[in-house]
Amino acid sequence: MSKKSWIKRGSFVAVALGLTLGQALADQVSSFGLENGMQVVVIEDHRAPVAVHMVWYKIGAADESPGHSGIAHFLEHLMFQGTKDVAPEQFSKIVAAQGGSDNAFTSPDYTAYFQRVASDRLDLVMRLESDRMHNLNLSQKDVDTERNVILDERTQRTDSDPGALLGEQMAAAQYMNHPYAIPVIGWRHEIEELTRQDALDFYQANYAPNNAILIVAGDVTPQQVLDLAKKHYGPIPPSDKIHDRIRPTEPPQLAERRMVLADARVAQPYVVRNYLAGERNPSDQKEAAALTMLAQLLGGNRATSVLPRALEFDQKVATYTQASYDGVSLDQTTFTLAVVPADGVSLDQVEKAMDAVIDQFLKTGVDAEEFARIKAQVKAEQIYGADNTQGLAHRYGMALSSGLTVQDVQAWPDLLQAVTADEVMIAAKKVLDRRQAVTGWLQTEGAAQ
Amino acid sequence: MMVRALALMGALICLALPLRAEVAIQEVTSPGGIKAWLVENHDIPFTALNIRFKGGTSLDAAGKRGAVNLMTALIEEGAGDLDSQAFAAARDGMAAEFGFSSDSDGVSISARFLTDTSAQATDLLHLALTKPRFDSDAIERVRGQVLQNIASSAKDPGTIASDLLSHAAFGDHPYGSSGDGTTASVQALTRDDLLAAYRGALARDRIYVAAAGDISAADLGAMLDKLLGDLPATGAAQPADVVLTAKGDVITQSFPGPQSTISFYQGGITFEDPDYFAATILNEILGGNGFSSRLMDQVREKRGLTYGIDTSLAAYDHATILAGSVATANDKAAEAMQVIRDVWADVAKNGVTQKEIDDTKTYLTGSYPLRFDGNARIASILVGMQMLGLPVTYPATRNAKVEAVTLGDVNRVAASLLTPDELTFVVVGDAVGVAAGN
Repeated sequence: MSKKSWIKRGSFVAVALGLTLGQALADQVSSFGLENGMQVVVIEDHRAPVAVHMVWYKIGAADESPGHSGIAHFLEHLMFQGTKDVAPEQFSKIVAAQGGSDNAFTSPDYTAYFQRVASDRLDLVMRLESDRMHNLNLSQKDVDTERNVILDERTQRTDSDPGALLGEQMAAAQYMNHPYAIPVIGWRHEIEELTRQDALDFYQANYAPNNAILIVAGDVTPQQVLDLAKKHYGPIPPSDKIHDRIRPTEPPQLAERRMVLADARVAQPYVVRNYLAGERNPSDQKEAAALTMLAQLLGGNRATSVLPRALEFDQKVATYTQASYDGVSLDQTTFTLAVVPADGVSLDQVEKAMDAVIDQFLKTGVDAEEFARIKAQVKAEQIYGADNTQGLAHRYGMALSSGLTVQDVQAWPDLLQAVTADEVMIAAKKVLDRRQAVTGWLQTEGAAQ
Repeated sequence: MMVRALALMGALICLALPLRAEVAIQEVTSPGGIKAWLVENHDIPFTALNIRFKGGTSLDAAGKRGAVNLMTALIEEGAGDLDSQAFAAARDGMAAEFGFSSDSDGVSISARFLTDTSAQATDLLHLALTKPRFDSDAIERVRGQVLQNIASSAKDPGTIASDLLSHAAFGDHPYGSSGDGTTASVQALTRDDLLAAYRGALARDRIYVAAAGDISAADLGAMLDKLLGDLPATGAAQPADVVLTAKGDVITQSFPGPQSTISFYQGGITFEDPDYFAATILNEILGGNGFSSRLMDQVREKRGLTYGIDTSLAAYDHATILAGSVATANDKAAEAMQVIRDVWADVAKNGVTQKEIDDTKTYLTGSYPLRFDGNARIASILVGMQMLGLPVTYPATRNAKVEAVTLGDVNRVAASLLTPDELTFVVVGDAVGVAAGN
């Protein structure tokens, strides 16, 4: 019941996508395309005079060439260095001068830029964002300064955080062939060598309307957005350098991997395990839906899920448990379990307890009442989610830049609702395979375990 | 390049319409006399409800630090006939969401519930507010989590600096220590202590309520009587006001690592003060977030001493403070502190410019209406406005108050409010060339 249309210049086809659940919701989504290949999604919410404007590029850290880790994120920073019309570092100041806010972020699969402004300032932010899509200026001095900022960022967010360091080491062990092994921010020794030319090459190869998705959410109409998008993004020619993203794939993973990171700065030791897991694919999201429900059953509720019930309430060996899975990913992702031991309980003891609970779950199966409660919450989330337009816009942006379609996003809540207990158990038995898992212990240096 | 950039800005400013937050607030009084603010919106079939009990962790009895915090965390851990897991199952079965939290001025409850189960959600939340069980196994489980949080905070330089600052500024007043309590104080808390904290904190003489979403004024009134009507009429006495201590000294705490975390503070200004908006503009220029501030310009952009620096003006119920923070390499800490002192003295003596004021006004007036999007955000903002004693017309008039501030106002406030001699520093790290003392 939903349809995406590519339109010719001058005509307008917007198809409002209805929801099977909650037809009356403010989630009014239209989708269309510009002639130069730029995809546009509009989410209407007229309750407040606010608009969120986002451009998502289908390029991320996992698309970097070998030896250039961090270039996608480095370029994201450099996109604030100005164009021939906008002086360096002025972009955010111009947005702030209108009372707006802006930011950008880079993931393995996408790089996104967004501004939140009064809806009558949409023209301004589109002018600024479209300008830097094809007019970026980079001086050597600005590149050198910004490289130091990135290195500082790595110091603060990764090197100063033992948990982040463990996560980085675990990803490197998880992916034996796929570039998800490499951290988004980059390895320090490679960041240090990134040049102005590297950034320009990456920019010219990947930043183009036919590699970008425009999402506008808030107090706007599809016609307004179309008119402005044609005015600002329409004149930018498409690039002939944009290719499908084909990345190296994982070979069979045959051996469990384990690691310990000990650091004096660790206040709270924990065990974390990542299992290689399938992702959401276009028109093929059922297994990912089952894995999403599995994560909810194991750890979604702090009192009634399988892991907290057993480890925190009954055995009292843990103070925190987690099961998580996000299927929005271009390639194979991970399903994560984590446990924080109670005072006096070792990491070895708490990991064994966690595995015993998982083994028991695989035998006893899904608690029907808990499953029904989770489905009630999934249904309610469509209603609560409509209250946060920026969150909705983000959800569409992540999905569309990770290979999914508007139809896939629209179908997802119904797919979750349709998951059966049997499908959860089939997915569980497949994913909870230690041969495809990496287990990490974070512990305080010098502490006995 | 600059000229063209400015021309672009000018063109767009001309397009701007007058900015006013248009949010229709109703004042509701329940049949039982409970007052609330409501923004009705029937687009989405749910309601966001925010309830705040004034007092919070500052109501902790002597020697019972952490009692209100632990009590608040236990409200949803079982009530009436329902133990912790049964309560969670009942809540999730109707897809309602309840959040309980405390800070130094209040205990907050934020709830979201679907229109078609609002009656059942009200009953369940009422049970939690009026008949919390405080079961011993729940107490021990949550106490263990709180103790781990305290242990983690002890290894976090930002939290260490903020605790040292609080103590230096507010001494033995509850504002002078963390509401989480200490390992020893939390270990010593008994079930009776938690019951006493509960009776002291949740009472009708200190309630502020706001709702936004799919509910009428009449239905909200009836709901509030059911929800809150049988809470005790009165609770524990509120703490006294406290005048902050700022002697202009330097407090140091060694901490391993390449960086020093620096916090600094002096006295602030009350919300009721006629100069509050001038002071708000002054703070934005000094170290606010909207624009490149004086401190950002001098500490980061001119000297590269940090990734970021900011200041904020806080008006608590019983004290005011103007505080800021910055992280810098250990060997740059002394220079960063000197630059901060110099900026403080310069702005106090020479004031700010008309352009800085104009830019700040555009930012403050432009960003204000953007806050009111979404039921959950609106309910939260409306409770805060009531605690400040504001009228329902405030959102429509607030930007005019900002616009009315003149350069003369800001410079007069800069001269009287900024006290470089009293600017007090807390330095956590292994800063080179920074000694404790005056």
